[in-house]
Amino acid sequence: MLEKIILISGATAVGKSAVLKHCAAALSKQHISASIAKIGCLSTPDIPSLSQLGLPTLGATSQDICPDHYLVSNLCELWEWAESQQSQYLFIETAGLCNRCSPATQRMVAICVIDGTASCKAPQSLGPMLEQADMVVITKTDSISQAEAEILEYQLSQVNPGAPIFLVDALAGYGFEPLVAAIAAAPAQESFEGDSLRYAMPTGVCSYCVGECRVGSAFQQGIVSKIDVNRALNERCPHE
Amino acid sequence: MNSFKTQGLEAQLDNGENPPSHNEAFDDGGTDSSVHNIGTHGGTLHSGASLSIDIYPGQGKDKSPENFEKITLETGKVYALVGTTGSGKSRLISDIEQLCNADSLTKRRVVMRGCAPDKHLIAHLSQNMRFYLDVSVEEFVAMHAQARKVERPGLLEDVITCANKITPEGIEADHQINLLSGGQTRALMIADLAQVCPSPLVLIDEIENAGIDKIAALKLLSGANKLVLMATHDPHTALTADARIHVAGGKIDAFIETTEAERSFCKELERAYITLQSARKQLVTGERLA
Repeated sequence: MLEKIILISGATAVGKSAVLKHCAAALSKQHISASIAKIGCLSTPDIPSLSQLGLPTLGATSQDICPDHYLVSNLCELWEWAESQQSQYLFIETAGLCNRCSPATQRMVAICVIDGTASCKAPQSLGPMLEQADMVVITKTDSISQAEAEILEYQLSQVNPGAPIFLVDALAGYGFEPLVAAIAAAPAQESFEGDSLRYAMPTGVCSYCVGECRVGSAFQQGIVSKIDVNRALNERCPHE
Repeated sequence: MNSFKTQGLEAQLDNGENPPSHNEAFDDGGTDSSVHNIGTHGGTLHSGASLSIDIYPGQGKDKSPENFEKITLETGKVYALVGTTGSGKSRLISDIEQLCNADSLTKRRVVMRGCAPDKHLIAHLSQNMRFYLDVSVEEFVAMHAQARKVERPGLLEDVITCANKITPEGIEADHQINLLSGGQTRALMIADLAQVCPSPLVLIDEIENAGIDKIAALKLLSGANKLVLMATHDPHTALTADARIHVAGGKIDAFIETTEAERSFCKELERAYITLQSARKQLVTGERLA
């Protein structure tokens, strides 16, 4: 019976799949069965490499709609599929796009993956994906200095004070033992019926959401938000 | 113990004690059942005791087991780590930095004694020659001090003075750290370790990189209250250590204590190093060397 859904989210190319592979492989050694679902937008190039684990693996692309919306819309289908595979855990890897939303629900184990070589300003721009994560993983720690890792850890702890931070090097496989232990220790859920999102998705639908290509006010319908240039300038340069 | 070469310091290679295990689940496929019992000394706080590191054997690149029982490294000593490129020096340093528990490729187990395990007790200078952070030297020092909870007036000036002692290229407060040269980067990393991270365990991967003054740099990073382990290809650097660990094929192959004869040879090498350094200085300033 499915006990846990582990959501692996993070921007593109931060190492989500590598983290997922190490965790799922380590859990397999502990005789915990896992299924893997990768949600992409236009393609899921990670599937051949994820499939090498020999675990039930599924790749789906959202195509014309937002991949986070697509993920939430298909959550029940995904956990039913994982149940049919007799998996105890279901790992879901997100597409990692705009950072506006997070498809994390209350009962998931939400993991946010951060690239250690990215800007130290990244944590502030990640939004609910980071703010509401249960655990944070910093990847590529072999490439950064100890000082940079400590600075990044500190900044992440400011944005999400409650979440434990795990530093990993997914090339050599360093640092995964505590992460895997934390995933295994997360409480099992009896059911995912009646689960809800941690953070609401955008409230608007505009012309471009439904396929409009032409630029200009005449073609914009629905909820349209216009930039206030003067206000935006003041926000950028508060001291001028 | 047949193929494991120890030269001096036998007492450091203790056969009797079982290692503690943080996690039984990772005790799979062990090499020696006596080494996999749960010990009674792990994770406890020994007040007043100085820090030491125990390394328990793992496996080499060919997955064959390492041939020693335990290696203990103690505070107040400097250890060199030697071996050819790709022999596993950086891997051993990573194992110690991560206090790995049979969860790395080498399956080694590293236990910190004399204090509660805490990553802030470890200062690590990796082989990295560049920073990724897009901030100035001043912001970098302030951010790292904040992360380490270090508050000290004049810290920035101390870091910059320190860095400029070990690299001829000047570092200034408003330099962007991701634009620094290899030498400046190494110098700033070393100065930051010395000033912002007063950690008792210091791991250094190649101090001699990027043409910095390694004697000045080592002086900054070592001390009576520190345990220093440094990977090196340089005979002079290696002989300044109390002992050296030789790695080959991903395995710890020998623990070699520095002898008196080696210490006097080290003095010769130091003279040669100083001669070479001054010739290098003349070379880069466009002077004649002889």
